[in-house]
Amino acid sequence: MTAVARVYRWEIAKLLAQKRTYLGLGAAVVVPIIFVVVLVIQSGNGPTDVPLGRYLRDTGLATPFVVLFFMSIWGLPLITALVAGDIVASESHNGTLKTILTRSRERGEIFAGKLLATFSYTVVLVFAMGLVGALAGTIAWGLHPLTSLSGTTVPVGHSIGLLAASLAVYVLPLAGIAAFGLMLSTITRNSAASVVGTLMWALLMQLIGVLPGTESFRAYLLGTQFEAWHGFLRTPADWAPVVRALWVCSLYIVIPLIAAYLVFLRRDVAGE
Amino acid sequence: MSDAPPVAARALVKRYGEIVAVDRVDLTVERGDVFGYLGPNGAGKTTSLRMLLGLIRPTEGSAQLFGRDPVVDGAKALDGVAGFVEGPRFYPYLSAHKNLRLLADYDGGDARAQIDEVLELVELRERQHDHVGAYSHGMRQRLGIAASLLRSPQLLLLDEPTTGLDPSGMRDMRDLVRRLSAEGITVLLSSHLLTEVEELCNRVAIIRRGRIVYEGRLEELLATAGGGYRIRTAELERARMLCSAQAGVDDVRVVEGELCFQADEDAVAALSIALGQARIGVTALVPQTASLEDLFLGLTSDDDEPARATREAIVA
Ligand SMILES: Nc1ncnc2c1ncn2[C@@H]1O[C@H](COP(=O)(O)OP(=O)(O)O)[C@@H](O)[C@H]1O
Ligand SMILES: [Mg+2]
Repeated sequence: MTAVARVYRWEIAKLLAQKRTYLGLGAAVVVPIIFVVVLVIQSGNGPTDVPLGRYLRDTGLATPFVVLFFMSIWGLPLITALVAGDIVASESHNGTLKTILTRSRERGEIFAGKLLATFSYTVVLVFAMGLVGALAGTIAWGLHPLTSLSGTTVPVGHSIGLLAASLAVYVLPLAGIAAFGLMLSTITRNSAASVVGTLMWALLMQLIGVLPGTESFRAYLLGTQFEAWHGFLRTPADWAPVVRALWVCSLYIVIPLIAAYLVFLRRDVAGE
Repeated sequence: MSDAPPVAARALVKRYGEIVAVDRVDLTVERGDVFGYLGPNGAGKTTSLRMLLGLIRPTEGSAQLFGRDPVVDGAKALDGVAGFVEGPRFYPYLSAHKNLRLLADYDGGDARAQIDEVLELVELRERQHDHVGAYSHGMRQRLGIAASLLRSPQLLLLDEPTTGLDPSGMRDMRDLVRRLSAEGITVLLSSHLLTEVEELCNRVAIIRRGRIVYEGRLEELLATAGGGYRIRTAELERARMLCSAQAGVDDVRVVEGELCFQADEDAVAALSIALGQARIGVTALVPQTASLEDLFLGLTSDDDEPARATREAIVA
């Protein structure tokens, strides 16, 4: 096993031993269940103002897409921030950073392990939510072909493929939020400040996107990338938003990571 | 491993804004030493050790462990080196055993095979599966030693390892240090307790306000002092007046109901006759071995701050 893989493995073990991990993951899977239960109880159709909302009761496969929309506003950013904002700061706070930094691992290796663990958590969150959403929806409304955003009917098998692809691109902006959280966690050394700061960042990105007069750069805001999956649900598929999400999110990921990395490499580890 | 000394710090400086926590410190620890790094609270001991361990960057100067500088060589500079600064810290939500497994994995090599052995050594075998969050300070301190020993170190850096322990815990910790030293491990141990350093260390550096005020062999330092005596008598006041008037007897003080003074052997012999002639009964007349406290007074009395205050601070 390489050094980074070893650090990564233990970062995952630490996450699995902490309550906040389950709190976040639990929230991510409970939300789609509650969502389905509520919609089963209140009959009628809707939510009609949401992409795919109109077809929600036609097939369980529409559920995860609709939940993705609602959770992008603050739900998933908050859950991501909960872990990303804590992953370095909690070790500063507990004094364990000095413990692991006086072993045989380079700072860069430890940082890489933490980064990979944070991203893994983000991926698991999104896919767990998607999977549970699809299951809950299917139990409620059955497994039927999905109606795409262009109004065409997409067979079940293909729909599942589109869902997986959509979840994958949805991870990108969330990883941008995670990177920002990791940066704050490294710089502030304060878990609460990092979680709140990261959430504010995510909300700010959403807010700017809905303000009038921001149309010219709206496509390049982090929040906008949460809609990139819409491209997959058009016939024919529209790759433009997906490609844009790829490079725009890369910037939102890489820039804070470079800052965090440089600070982590050089910073004094003193006090608690 | 190279012939370079286990620790070689040269003109080490660490500034925090206005505060000069460590001020041009030179330290050399040789193989086999139990080196005492002695100083009152706030003197700069922990800051020095942090620089040695690569946790913080020196503002100026350099620190080398076996010839390798943590600033330049990163974690490789810690090959063969282990230790902790301030209290050792672990993941409270993991068991002691799991904490050690994590650290062993960070170290690589065969560290993992030694976990049982080191837990046995610090007598934590029975509690190894408890969460560290439920450990007492003393247990954590011992786990800190166990974690250090996992690295099979040739040099152990211990920052006030007995601080916060009860008397029996302190004794156990000191016994452990002695044992490890007997096994050939070089130890650098910081302390604000003179007695501890006196008991354990063969060489010392005394630090005060970030500056080294003495570095060398303990016996040599002890030899520079001496010549102190004390007298126990029922007639303290008469004895004191007689001593003060006696030729060759200096620095007469009453300390805890006893009379203390400085004199050479001839003067002491003359004094004992004079006391007898004055019919002052003496129940004890004993030479006093100089303690490090006295030495510290001597070393720092030329400084601006009153030596007495320092003495209290260091004894506290
Ligand atoms: N991270 C820090 N920031 C600011 N001042 C510090 C920091 N660490 C230590 N100091 C100051 O440096 C001095 C030496 O502290 P320290 O090395 O902890 O002393 P010791 O371990 O001998 O008690 C103290 O005055 C302390 O307040
Ligand atoms: Mg200290």
